[in-house]
Amino acid sequence: MNEQSICRSLLAELETLLAGTSMRFMEVCGTHTVAIFRSGLRSMLPSGITHLSGPGCPVCVTHDAEIAAFFELAAHENVILATFGDLLRVPGPSGKSLKHARAEGARIEIVYSPLDAVELARKNPSDTVVFLGVGFETTAPTIAATILTAERLGLDNFCVLSLHKLVPPVLRTLLDNPETRIDAFLLPGHVSTIIGLEPYAFLRDYHVPGVVGGFEPADILLALCQLARARRDGVDLVGNAYPRAVDDAGNPRARSLMEQVFTVEDALWRGIGRIPGSGLGIRDSYASFDARARFSLTITEQKKKSACRCGEVLTGRIAPKDCPLFGTRCTPRNPVGPCMVSTEGSCAAWFKYAGV
Amino acid sequence: MQELVSDCFRKAFSNPLLDTLDDAALLPAVGRRLAMSTDGYTVTPLFFPGGSIGTLAVHGTVNDVSMLGAVPRYLSAAFILEEGLELETLYRVVNDMAQAARTAGVRIVTGDTKVVPKGFADKIFITTTGIGEILVEDPPSGHRAGPGDAVLLSGSVGDHGLTIMAQREGLSFATDVESDSAPLCGLCGRLLERVPVHVLRDPTRGGLASTLNEIASQSRVGIRIREDAVPVHESVRSGCSFMGLDPLYLANEGKCIVIVPGASAEEALAIMREDPFGREAAVIGSVTEEQPGRVVLETAIGGERLLSLLEGAELPRIC
Repeated sequence: MNEQSICRSLLAELETLLAGTSMRFMEVCGTHTVAIFRSGLRSMLPSGITHLSGPGCPVCVTHDAEIAAFFELAAHENVILATFGDLLRVPGPSGKSLKHARAEGARIEIVYSPLDAVELARKNPSDTVVFLGVGFETTAPTIAATILTAERLGLDNFCVLSLHKLVPPVLRTLLDNPETRIDAFLLPGHVSTIIGLEPYAFLRDYHVPGVVGGFEPADILLALCQLARARRDGVDLVGNAYPRAVDDAGNPRARSLMEQVFTVEDALWRGIGRIPGSGLGIRDSYASFDARARFSLTITEQKKKSACRCGEVLTGRIAPKDCPLFGTRCTPRNPVGPCMVSTEGSCAAWFKYAGV
Repeated sequence: MQELVSDCFRKAFSNPLLDTLDDAALLPAVGRRLAMSTDGYTVTPLFFPGGSIGTLAVHGTVNDVSMLGAVPRYLSAAFILEEGLELETLYRVVNDMAQAARTAGVRIVTGDTKVVPKGFADKIFITTTGIGEILVEDPPSGHRAGPGDAVLLSGSVGDHGLTIMAQREGLSFATDVESDSAPLCGLCGRLLERVPVHVLRDPTRGGLASTLNEIASQSRVGIRIREDAVPVHESVRSGCSFMGLDPLYLANEGKCIVIVPGASAEEALAIMREDPFGREAAVIGSVTEEQPGRVVLETAIGGERLLSLLEGAELPRIC
């Protein structure tokens, strides 16, 4: 069977399982967002299915106050910011992005791997290299390993601004908000390779099924079928439809690296606010690699003035096209909110694949 | 230095029109309308699998002239060289240009060279201008796509863009990709003789997706493309998937989009496949009345989505 016929038969099965009912499912992974749009799967889903893109793109959930901290760091003399490329275009509170800051003289380097940032520190011994640690459980172990590498090398001019966020706590926050009306979660493939299934067990208390899915259209459909079946049968399922990549137990070695370097703390999420125990800060024992400690940064929530409704987009309460800025004042070329910046952001995906 | 340089050009490009060495080339009168196009070339690295800045400087301009339904006849070539450029590098570039011009059947009839201080240019910049004779009454144009037309593509997409990116990033996995740098004048000339061609465009920067969008908006029509039908080499597909790139947005340097009446599609396809640079040609879609200005992609699994214009440079992403 080719991909098209596999998808057709899974779609037929999904239709049967739904039996006329509806299901609002949310994915919380930028790669899922793009896969669903890009493959055209979205246009083929049964009419009873509503696809919501949740807070699954690391750039999109980065809070204004966190972005403000980037600029505070960039303003220091003898500081080189090292970052993955997609943070460069995110507009800060003043409307300017790091790209602007760089044009005005701030030293900002794009890296492909956090180890490149360590290399940058070695090559620039009289400067301090600050790596912008934005990401979920997927990226955190690599950053932890990078800090351990810097320690082993005895580098005293390398540190990380850790803004890592954790997926399970934000799922709980979404479910606690009655406006979100989420029937089921397509759980993230990459994050789950690290954390496994156990951290999602609380979904059972909410009677909302969650299934980890892969990224091919057939993988996604398989997970959706499992979700629809669980709902039909009234089973509180936390399942894994992506066993070829995700072990139910996750990756204990990666987790122990994370636990060695990071500690769980509260975090600010764009459009959602402070969520207890949803972030990773650097442990005191590694304080010399913690940019917040080194530069006495405080990241505090400020009043939001923008008309950008990404909070409602990220929580699935409105679709990107329902935001008044979408496609007019906010486009991938001139983004207002980070959901339009990252190629994996839900607004950018809507704009690119579904049009204005 | 200057003498060495001009010696190098004269030998490589020699032809009766250039060899007179007057201030300008004296071109014979032609009875037909002329097409003219100019382009500046700068690329890092200068040499890459499948081509060089020299082949690009000839093929790029030859192809632009060809897209107007013209047979390219003459090229001018102006060089800006950075002081310190190795002579051997210059010879290689110039020989590539001479070879590419011979294959394309054009003559380089006039030229200029300037050497600038170190740091004022990046090794070598080339500007070429091409002149060609227009073959048909109604030359192809981006405005002429109409409902019922078929959309053809002369071969695989993404090869050039991925090759350059892989070279710049030093990606060792992309060993079997090479640029498609090639002249399309032969293929286009034969097509125009036998088929009523509405649109001819080469999807260079911005790739197939961006060029199709330009045509859709110029002609105020919708375009439907079947993803399955667009030829993409397996090595390009896997390289793109690794780097998070989309081959439909990557530059090509030896491919053209051909739009003809639906009834002429099969004949056009056969003509394209006869050409050495059109062996993998395919019918990839059709022109519609619906959704004017938009390009819709029918995906491999049978769904559909918008194939939109490229927005800004693609940046490496977080996960």
